[in-house]
Amino acid sequence: MEFRENEAIYLQIAAYVGENIMLGKWPVNEKIPSVRELAVDLQVNPNTVVRAYEFLQNKEVILNKRGIGFFIAADAGEKIKGYSKERFLGNELPEFFRNIFLLNISMKEIEERFEKFKSETYQK
Amino acid sequence: MIEISNLTFGYSKKNLLFKNLNLKLQMGHIYGLLGKNGAGKSTLLKNLAGLVFPQEGLCSLKGYHAADRLPGFLQELFFIPEEMHLPSITASQFAGSTGHFYPKFNEAQYFKMLAEFDVPVSDVLGKLSFGQQKKVMIAFGLATNTALLIMDEPTNGLDIPSKVKFRKIIAGALTDERCIVISTHQVRDLDSLIDNVLVLHEQEIVLNRSLDEIAERLQFTTAVQANKAAILYEESNAIGINTISENHNETFSKVDMEMLFNAIISDHKSVTDILK
Repeated sequence: MEFRENEAIYLQIAAYVGENIMLGKWPVNEKIPSVRELAVDLQVNPNTVVRAYEFLQNKEVILNKRGIGFFIAADAGEKIKGYSKERFLGNELPEFFRNIFLLNISMKEIEERFEKFKSETYQK
Repeated sequence: MIEISNLTFGYSKKNLLFKNLNLKLQMGHIYGLLGKNGAGKSTLLKNLAGLVFPQEGLCSLKGYHAADRLPGFLQELFFIPEEMHLPSITASQFAGSTGHFYPKFNEAQYFKMLAEFDVPVSDVLGKLSFGQQKKVMIAFGLATNTALLIMDEPTNGLDIPSKVKFRKIIAGALTDERCIVISTHQVRDLDSLIDNVLVLHEQEIVLNRSLDEIAERLQFTTAVQANKAAILYEESNAIGINTISENHNETFSKVDMEMLFNAIISDHKSVTDILK
């Protein structure tokens, strides 16, 4: 996983977990990788994964079942959507707006490209 | 806990490397020790390991003084030097002959790491390449499960795939019962593994902070994005000017360890003061 420079790594890991849940790669009510497994997988300090999991626990996306591991909460999808939307609107959208303004890209073009992207990326 | 208090050391009395140096290290963390050539990184590690003796002060680990070199201390410490001379035995024989000096040595873990590193276990160690030898010692050191593991430039000599494996192996081996200290010039190899940065400069430890704390207090941006009034340090490169500034508005930027190090050793007191 390549980490971006403008956001703390633990938040990027939390977003990665969220993405796996949203895309159904990690099913609801199932156990997710342990701190150690994910740290090895992503080549990061396990303390960073602990922080990411604490963040997700606070957002009620995952639950810690003592001695067994971390599980995905039943309504994890809704919870993730909630805070991801906030994060997107706050951080990424202004940057996007800045770029389309500077490059003079019309909303119509964005819309067309968005439709194309959706059909190419998320078709089942 | 590992503690160095009032350490004064020099190979000759006229030329001291450390003067009243103090440092505390906590279990469960990976410390990256940075310093210029000749600043005394390796010598500091040797003091911690009880391989040289301080003129004044002491280094302690779990209540043992390093310089006493008692068995109880040596069982809890493993030191991987930058260069090593391995005996004419195989990796398996090495586990048999040396493993039992370390009560928590885990043979299965050792062989698993050797397999991950792709090192042959039945070749004579002395005949392996430098990189292969290094991997054997890294695997052995991690498998001893000592409270303190010191590695001096561990990624030197490792090829590109081995560096990835090194990061995975370290990420999987850190526990709350151990502390790993890595001295390195290759910070980019270990960027996401190190959680605390130590800087050794002019006889003292001038920085001992977690990357989280550093990111809270400092911002690493280009000059265009920086708040001019808060700039503490600038560095120009081919593309433009990079800056370190005080982080007033709680925005996150990734800590550029190389630039932070350059700022500190070029005597930018303002940077070290903010991190105090």
